[in-house]
Amino acid sequence: MKGYDPQRQKALATQARVVVFVLVGLLVGAFFRAQVSRSSDWLLRSESNRLRSLTLPAPRGIIRDRTGRPVADNIPGYAVSILRAQTDSMLTTLERLREYMEIGSERFEDLQEQVRAGGGRSVLVSVDASFDEVAAMEERRSAFSRLLIETRPKRRYPGGEIGAHVVGSVGEINEAELESPEYEGVEPGRIVGRTGLEAQYDSLLQGQPGLRFVEVDATGRIVGSFRGIRTLTEEPGSDIDLHVDLGLMEWIHHIFPEGKGGSVVVLDVETGGVLALYSAPAYDPNVFAGSVDPAEWNRLARDPATPLYHRAVMGTYPPGSPWKLATAAIALETGAITPTERMPVPCTGSFRFGNRVARCWDEEGHGSQDLAGAIQHSCNVYFYQAGLVVGLEQLLERSNRMGFGDQCGIDLPNQATGTFPADVSFWEERFGARATQGEVLNLAIGQGPNDQSPLKMAQFMLALARDGSAPPPTLNQSAPAEAAWRLEVSEESLAAIREGMRLVMGPGGTAYGSSLEHFEILGKTGTAQSRPGEETHSWFTGMAGRFGEPPEIVVVALVEYGGSGSAVAAPLAAKTADYFLRGEYGIPRDTIQTLLEYYGVGRSTQAWVVREGR
Amino acid sequence: MKKLLFPWVGHLPFVAPVLLLSLFGVAMIYSAGVLNIPSPVTQGLWIRQGVVLGGSIGVLLVVSRIPMRWFDWTAMPVYILSVGVLAATLVVGTGAGTAEGVRSFLAIPGFRFQPAEAAKLATVLVVAKLLASRESSPQYLRDLLLPGLAVGLPLGLVLLQPDIGTAMAFVGIFFAMIYWARTPWPLIVFAASPGLALVLSFNTIAWSVGFILLLVGLYLYRYRLYLVESLSVVAANLAAGAMAQPLWNSLADYQRNRLLVFLNPELDPRGAGWQLVQSKVAVGSGGILGKGFTLGTQKRLNFLPEQHTDFVFSVVGEELGFVGTSLTLLLFGYLFFKMIQIAEESRSLFAGLFVFGIMGIWLTHVVVNIGMTVGVVPITGIPLPFISYGGSFLLMSWLAAAIVVAMASDKS
Repeated sequence: MKGYDPQRQKALATQARVVVFVLVGLLVGAFFRAQVSRSSDWLLRSESNRLRSLTLPAPRGIIRDRTGRPVADNIPGYAVSILRAQTDSMLTTLERLREYMEIGSERFEDLQEQVRAGGGRSVLVSVDASFDEVAAMEERRSAFSRLLIETRPKRRYPGGEIGAHVVGSVGEINEAELESPEYEGVEPGRIVGRTGLEAQYDSLLQGQPGLRFVEVDATGRIVGSFRGIRTLTEEPGSDIDLHVDLGLMEWIHHIFPEGKGGSVVVLDVETGGVLALYSAPAYDPNVFAGSVDPAEWNRLARDPATPLYHRAVMGTYPPGSPWKLATAAIALETGAITPTERMPVPCTGSFRFGNRVARCWDEEGHGSQDLAGAIQHSCNVYFYQAGLVVGLEQLLERSNRMGFGDQCGIDLPNQATGTFPADVSFWEERFGARATQGEVLNLAIGQGPNDQSPLKMAQFMLALARDGSAPPPTLNQSAPAEAAWRLEVSEESLAAIREGMRLVMGPGGTAYGSSLEHFEILGKTGTAQSRPGEETHSWFTGMAGRFGEPPEIVVVALVEYGGSGSAVAAPLAAKTADYFLRGEYGIPRDTIQTLLEYYGVGRSTQAWVVREGR
Repeated sequence: MKKLLFPWVGHLPFVAPVLLLSLFGVAMIYSAGVLNIPSPVTQGLWIRQGVVLGGSIGVLLVVSRIPMRWFDWTAMPVYILSVGVLAATLVVGTGAGTAEGVRSFLAIPGFRFQPAEAAKLATVLVVAKLLASRESSPQYLRDLLLPGLAVGLPLGLVLLQPDIGTAMAFVGIFFAMIYWARTPWPLIVFAASPGLALVLSFNTIAWSVGFILLLVGLYLYRYRLYLVESLSVVAANLAAGAMAQPLWNSLADYQRNRLLVFLNPELDPRGAGWQLVQSKVAVGSGGILGKGFTLGTQKRLNFLPEQHTDFVFSVVGEELGFVGTSLTLLLFGYLFFKMIQIAEESRSLFAGLFVFGIMGIWLTHVVVNIGMTVGVVPITGIPLPFISYGGSFLLMSWLAAAIVVAMASDKS
């Protein structure tokens, strides 16, 4: 063994070289396979490893009023989300976040649930973190490795509670919606319209979100934005211009009886556009713009004054006297009466029908009246008789054709359906007895099974103010003009009804005190029974324009449990109309507007004297 | 005269690849520290590695001039000392860095040191001495008993740490050296058979086929074996088959997972399969030319595990592509060819055995380390010679290289 054997060593060396050659060759082969033959697969893996796509939320379209004032716009907000990772580490991050930002315990539990259910999907913690919160988190960036803080447009409602019901609110898309076909392809965390215009025109306002790629490291930390792949820029949503006049809404808010619920509707006669759709009490929709605090939500939802309730559109009330105008219109339509015709029985304060005595509101009676006079004095006896001539069936059919049993078709997602019997079977179903003609007596004066929303009454006013046609009121200037229903009445008949309404506002009329110096109001007050023992609802339905000209706007006011129509709703409506029309005609605005106010402050009422030829 | 003063000059073909690989290693360790979110742990490591490399070169200059007989004299004392220290490490040792939890470091104030690295070198020396002092080449299995024990003792201690990677290097030492000792190849196979049986025993049929083949082999070779030896081999194979299950159960969870994910990396891509999957992604995405020095995205974003130590070759793959990996492999291949040539040309069996022992270590490290980065070998914590970060291993590798030069230069 000591011997040196070159032959043997040469042979062993050669075999060893073969072994080394084979081993190195196999490794080179393995690398060739991984790096050359199948490199593209691995390259893809490496890209998907380090790139995460982030959605760039598109700013929602801006909603503006008719003067261009923003009703809803966007401000930069800070959205905080936890990037996808293992459930445990996401929960830990969430837990730690509580030290830096306010997360209510209900919200926190909800988020924990989202993390668990999401199976590692990113979770949006807040869409409106404050600057201070964000700054505190950014300082401890390394402690929050999976945190994504980005600016995203946040909804703002500059008007606050003015127009809250109209504009509605937005909210984060929920799990159920994400799975619905309507929101196919929509990512979690998207802000969608919940109520009001935000919901009605959500698809328009949404816009197209963009896409951005960021580079993340192995722990999910964002390292930088990725420049290799072009990002998709977001497309803002479409803007919407409204007929609504925010200034007018503010004025209504200013003059609306303190502490009362109710609404004021102002429509543009020419277009049917909604100039004001005011509902009181209101709330500040900005509280819904970010993550909704459940406590705040509960407070609003449980408030006995129901501030979330959109009374102008959703609320229905017995219409009372203003509905006599509908009776008049129907009677004229069917030819049951003519404008100049007087009813056979003059008003003596009551009216005997069969064995029943129906009263007029004025015990002293109004005597024999034509249509205009009956409207002026709101004479029940006249309308009892007009109703009887029309007949129950006819009255029901015509009323329904005018839409009193329908929605009025405004461009809002939720609106009340008017309560009105569809036909005589209503009484059989409700009371188990055949309807008698006596039911007409109640219906003819706006009582009985009849509840209408202020907006519906406004739409009816629209028909009277126009040529009998009433398009559905619209908020959006670009809303398609829908087919209008119309009253089948002559110009003369309409003129007769309007004449009656003019007399209401004239000397001896119920709302004379609410007449204006510069503009003519035609209207009808109403004092409708509410619940037994409660104050009556106060109505005013009317229209306004320049003296001797066709009316330009319709104005309807309702004050819940407000008292008499002439004392509360009439001046409210008149002051609303005056404010708007003064603006239209460049007359300086004033807080002293109605005749009664002129008297009250001792201002000259010369204009009334001249006008009335006294 | 010049050759006497600087013996390494005469062995430049061997020293050059060692130096090149080491410099390349420092560069890759630098790159491994270039992260998008810098980590204080890995940032300055290339400087420390460079300093150790400087010292290693100094060691080469000195040690390469030592006469061969000195190594012959010192082999046994050095072996006893290093095995003793290795045993002590089990009691007082500490884990460190990426090998946390493994008792492989001996902390002396000022620096830490892995005794296993010295033990490898000492084992190569003592086994070379044992085999070279024989009257004839091993003819019987019992002739392998003594070198087997010499390797088995430190191997067992290392396994207790537990450090499977280093243990595999000892296996490499043993077979490379008995091979150069002109052991007939059937004996080598018989010696290896219990180990192979252990691997095969995870499948009963495979183990049975292997066992039958072994019996056939033993029968054919019967005239060259004592009966006791044959029976020992059979017994060892049966024991290996029987022990496999208990042995599997005794493995730590992470060790078992490494084997399982080697068979199916997607089994647990976020857990045990993570290292393998991420390494393959890094290497595969490197393509032909790579992403560029320091520019590997997998590495920069911390997807790569142990990227300056065990997985440094994944960084090579990602940043320098197939060009980088194949050139590095070829450089290693060239180094091994040069070592084979040194052994071939050496008139001293002791020198040849030593060179083969060292090559056994390095080849095992290269195949297992590089193989695992591309998924052809299960993941084992084993560094890549000259390239991976680690002072003890680099210094000891250079010391081994210096002894190779010293022995190759000694023509006495």
